[in-house]
Amino acid sequence: MPRPGFVLEVDRNTPPIMFWRGEGFSLEKLPAGRSRVIYAPEPEKALDDIDGAIRHALLNPYDHDPLPALMFPGMKLTIAFDDVSLPLPPMRRPDIRQRVIEAVLDIAADAGVDDVHIIAALALHRRMTEAELRHAVGDRVYDAFAPHGLLYQHDAEDPDALEYLGATPQGEDVEINKRAANSDLLVYVNINLVAMDGGWKSTATGLSSYKSLQHHHNPKTMEASRSFMDQHKSELHKSNWRMGKVLVDSGVKVFQIETTMNTDTFPKPFDFLSKREWEWNAKDRASFIGVSAALKRTPNRMARNIFHGIEAPHQMTSVQAGEVGAVHKVTTENVYRQQLVEVQGQTDILTMGIPYICPYNVNSIMNPILVMCMGLGYLFNMYRGMPLVREGGVVIMTHPTPIEFNPVHHPSYIDFFEQVLSETTDPYVMSQKYEKSFAEDEWYKHLYRTGHAYHGVHPFYMWYWGSHGMQHCSRVIIVGGDVKAVRRLGFTPASTMDDAFEIASDVVGRTPTISHLHAPPLMVCDVK
Amino acid sequence: MIAEQLDGTRIAITGSTGFVGTALVERLLRSVPGCSLVLLIRGGKRGAPERARREIFKNDAFDRLKEELRETAEPFDAMLERRVITVNGDVSTDGLGLSEADRAIFASCDVIIHSAAAVAFDSPLDTAVEINLLGPTRVAQTLNDMNVTPHLVAVSTCYVAGNRRGNAPEELVSEGPFDLGLNWRKEVAAARRLRSDTEAASRLPEQLREFRSDARKELGAAGAPALASKTEHIREKWCTDQLVEAGRARAASIGWPDAYAYTKALGEQALMETKGNVPVSIVRPSIIESALAEPRPGWIRGFRMAEPVIISYARGLLTQFPGVPEGTVDVIPVDIVVAAIIAVAAMGPEHAPRITQVASGGINPLKYKTLVDNVRTWFTEHPLYDAEGQPIVVPEWQFPARGKVQQQLKRAKTVVTRTERALQALPLRGTQATWAAKLEERKHDIERAYEYVQLYGLYTECEAIYQVDNLMKVWDSLPATDQAAFNCDPRSVDWPKYVTTIHLPSVVAHARVKSTPGKNRNDRADRLRRNVLSPERHVAAFDLENTLISSNVVESFSFLATRRLNMPERMRYVLRTLAQAPGLSSMDRKDRADFLRYFYRRYEDAPVAQIDEDSKDLLTQLIITKSFPAGMRRVREHRALGHRTVLITGALDFAVAGLKPLFDEIVAAEMTVRPDGTYSGELAKVPPTGETRAQVLADYCKAEGFLLEECVAYADSTSDLPLLECVGFPVAVNPETRLAAIARKRGWLVEEWEKAPGGPRPLLPIGTMLSERERKRTFVGSAPRSRF
Repeated sequence: MPRPGFVLEVDRNTPPIMFWRGEGFSLEKLPAGRSRVIYAPEPEKALDDIDGAIRHALLNPYDHDPLPALMFPGMKLTIAFDDVSLPLPPMRRPDIRQRVIEAVLDIAADAGVDDVHIIAALALHRRMTEAELRHAVGDRVYDAFAPHGLLYQHDAEDPDALEYLGATPQGEDVEINKRAANSDLLVYVNINLVAMDGGWKSTATGLSSYKSLQHHHNPKTMEASRSFMDQHKSELHKSNWRMGKVLVDSGVKVFQIETTMNTDTFPKPFDFLSKREWEWNAKDRASFIGVSAALKRTPNRMARNIFHGIEAPHQMTSVQAGEVGAVHKVTTENVYRQQLVEVQGQTDILTMGIPYICPYNVNSIMNPILVMCMGLGYLFNMYRGMPLVREGGVVIMTHPTPIEFNPVHHPSYIDFFEQVLSETTDPYVMSQKYEKSFAEDEWYKHLYRTGHAYHGVHPFYMWYWGSHGMQHCSRVIIVGGDVKAVRRLGFTPASTMDDAFEIASDVVGRTPTISHLHAPPLMVCDVK
Repeated sequence: MIAEQLDGTRIAITGSTGFVGTALVERLLRSVPGCSLVLLIRGGKRGAPERARREIFKNDAFDRLKEELRETAEPFDAMLERRVITVNGDVSTDGLGLSEADRAIFASCDVIIHSAAAVAFDSPLDTAVEINLLGPTRVAQTLNDMNVTPHLVAVSTCYVAGNRRGNAPEELVSEGPFDLGLNWRKEVAAARRLRSDTEAASRLPEQLREFRSDARKELGAAGAPALASKTEHIREKWCTDQLVEAGRARAASIGWPDAYAYTKALGEQALMETKGNVPVSIVRPSIIESALAEPRPGWIRGFRMAEPVIISYARGLLTQFPGVPEGTVDVIPVDIVVAAIIAVAAMGPEHAPRITQVASGGINPLKYKTLVDNVRTWFTEHPLYDAEGQPIVVPEWQFPARGKVQQQLKRAKTVVTRTERALQALPLRGTQATWAAKLEERKHDIERAYEYVQLYGLYTECEAIYQVDNLMKVWDSLPATDQAAFNCDPRSVDWPKYVTTIHLPSVVAHARVKSTPGKNRNDRADRLRRNVLSPERHVAAFDLENTLISSNVVESFSFLATRRLNMPERMRYVLRTLAQAPGLSSMDRKDRADFLRYFYRRYEDAPVAQIDEDSKDLLTQLIITKSFPAGMRRVREHRALGHRTVLITGALDFAVAGLKPLFDEIVAAEMTVRPDGTYSGELAKVPPTGETRAQVLADYCKAEGFLLEECVAYADSTSDLPLLECVGFPVAVNPETRLAAIARKRGWLVEEWEKAPGGPRPLLPIGTMLSERERKRTFVGSAPRSRF
């Protein structure tokens, strides 16, 4: 039986706590008597018979006919799947998506269905490379479909491949992939890493276009999502659910397959990263010292390659299929069961170590904008109820924040950093002044459609993710960050954790209370 | 009264665009309101009236007069209209090159002030002879031809006395005790002969070869027209240098400090011989420096003799300067000279002395030590600042012998030259190249200082004391009002005060040196960038390699050629290419077009379909990976401003196809395709390199109705010089050393663009491995796994 999440009150005997710093980590001593460290629950046990569970879910769906009953010869079947941003880190082969897609294809083959398209639902994310596609769907599926043009990636800028389905009562346009919209059945294969994923967000976001996305990916909606991890308090999700209704009303038939994973995040020799510091044995300590020392002597580029080469041992804990809403209710419960930690009250300061990866830099670089998004967009929002830090409090992150960008994946980020952030860090101002020109830029569109670039508007969305955090906190400090980059983000650089506490004392006084979110592994704090 | 004596007269002036000439025009217009002026100006390209407007009346000397006239009934321009006539003329041609109408105007003058001269210390001998020696004679000759006898006031120099110690009286050298009995006609003939001999020598094959090789060294593979123009430029420069040296040698051999003084001395002699009935007065100033009071204290035009030396000292370039502390520096403020000239003109031919020296040495000497001490004290209090914003400490002046100073400078020059050569041989780009360009500037500074020391040293060696008895007679004859309005008394100068409060501040203000502390803000680059990104521009043309991406045709070939190879084949390919690299790069340096033709032959037999398929990944895997994001941003900024964007590259069309959305027009090399669907390896037409690029852009502009002057061009190497030179707004991107030097000299915008920091840096430019199945795919016209 895995142990549940845990809140450690720091006392004089507490060893230094591990903080992520990009492709590295440090040990920081937190003040005794007023600090607490929040640890994720231990990984749940994975399903023993994964393929069996998948088949069971397909045959026994929630509020829906079993999948075989939905198949008939001559039908148009479209299978959409989550892109490279999930799961994090990428899982060992075989990927869950491969297992599910193969199961669906088996049923389709039995039913004599021969018009099948498989689409990567990447919304405005970058196109996946061949290797990434092969990893996600497996070589067998790839080789059978890709050469015939039947396995491809959603293109949100191809006017001929999009279909406008109408608007919600709130006037939100709904436009999704034409093939998906016109199929007799759309099977969506999801990975629910955090509570935010899945549900109607899969189709209404993953297969949509800028026209549709701008209605919920904007500063107003994002700021009103408290938090993204709590569907019922998230404007983002409410908007997606309204769009889902438009989909259903316009006849799009969706069969949703959702899966959840345990939090077994790091393989050996990195497994100490998931452990609680006071439980480190001699081997863990040696690993920590060895890995830290090695990383210090490794060039950035190589360290990045090492970390991005990590494939996580995490595995499926549940799979459920059927009607979107009904399935997602069960999925969310399963996610919460793995990730929820009960925490009492807020503190003045929230500290977090920013790791080397976020959903948008798989096999790429965690640039300064993504550092902001990972800290204030993701980790800050890992709560239900209320944020871990009080309103007007301080967030302290640790990350080197180098001014480094991947020109292939993030071309518009470079210009966003140079042109937009040098002028404003206010999400509302930038959305008014710059968003349109980036979103409609022909060059960015070209790179998004033909290369492996995130859409021109994507850096804005990353910035909007942080709007709730930015509005909630009165100061953000990045320890060990590149001074120029941190200032450009509108934050305060500090060289050490002690300096950061010193800087924060302007706002929270000399004896603030502190919470440290010991993630990853991921968790959601249920703050009472 | 001077103003009354000159009232109603018409005064012709030659050399009005010079230092004394401008001051003279200003003073006559302001202080002698009743006179009118005829300005004899060499027209050049712009024509005499335009030159007068730009080079004389725009000068800040006229600020005072413009201010005085602002509130009156006749503003400045109207006054010029009424009182000034500009005629096209040239004292270096017989008959002064006047048209018939202008001759009549010239003939109607009452006074002719001849102040045109080749004053530069580095004038070639023949130029100095034509202007300084023959100029006055030609003026007199023209007057004689027209049978008129106005008062000719010829401006000469005290230094006609030559290198001598002791008193130099106000008499003709040819009439003095040291006359060598030179025949000026023979000197003229010899100088002209020397010019034609030098011109002939410069055209000998071995000389031309040398010039050509020098031009190539400076420009690299810039194409035939650019190279030809540079070679011719070097040849002309060589001739000039030979003649400068000849002038110096001839002057030194017969006892004058330089060609200027020597030709001026013979010019006086020639004028006296040939003047006929024209009454002549000669005015001989010594070294003319900034104004004491008129039109304002410190007014100066041009960067003159002593100033470069002073500035070199203040910048720490010159730690020593030759001369004896008790020696005299004969300096005279320009307004005193101008007043003396006007006073002599006003006295008329009957009363004016034949020769008037305007100098300070005989009556109010400025000792060398006084000057040096004042300069040092002043720069200690008001230091110049280096590029880092740190004050430069001026050294204690040692008064060493001349040879020592020259040695010091020579040594410095040798070091800098060697370093520069070493740097140019390295394949530098960007910041390092800019640094090398700075070094070249420094070499130029040292060279200049060296030449000034050479020349100025000669003048300090000249210990003659110039007598001013005639000047004093003129001065004493003036009534008190004229003495107040036309101060020509050298005794009125308080030297320490003049040096520290008038001259030095003016010199520093003119020298464009850094006189305030703190780091330089790059205002210039910002200003240039604003010009480049102004909505008025029409077209922005871009080079590709090293301007927008840090890659080249070899890399894109390697990418495509290795795409379908397996690992061992790849390794063999890499080794082969590395072995060929030195040969390829040397070929590229010689002639880009030849290199491309040779290199593209490697595409022979490549199936078009396969190349098209593989080129799709080229954009992401090579071009974007190696691109300069700031460059890509700049292209888009131009587009957003409504400019047309044009890419001109020697790369093959399919390799740059991915960049289409950035450009309105892509001009690239194209290969012919065989009927079997493979490339022939031969180019369809001349690849756009060197001067062809300029032509391509010119053709584009002509076809689309744009102006080249409103075009912007971005390029990185001297081979693109023709392209950069043909547009109004050239931008050097990450320039290599030679282009950095050129850009710096010509004041072009220089951009330093880098690859995205942290981006992928593939070790070898080979395509990522494809899956086995894809690798073995066959295309029309090719055997399986074609490596073409």
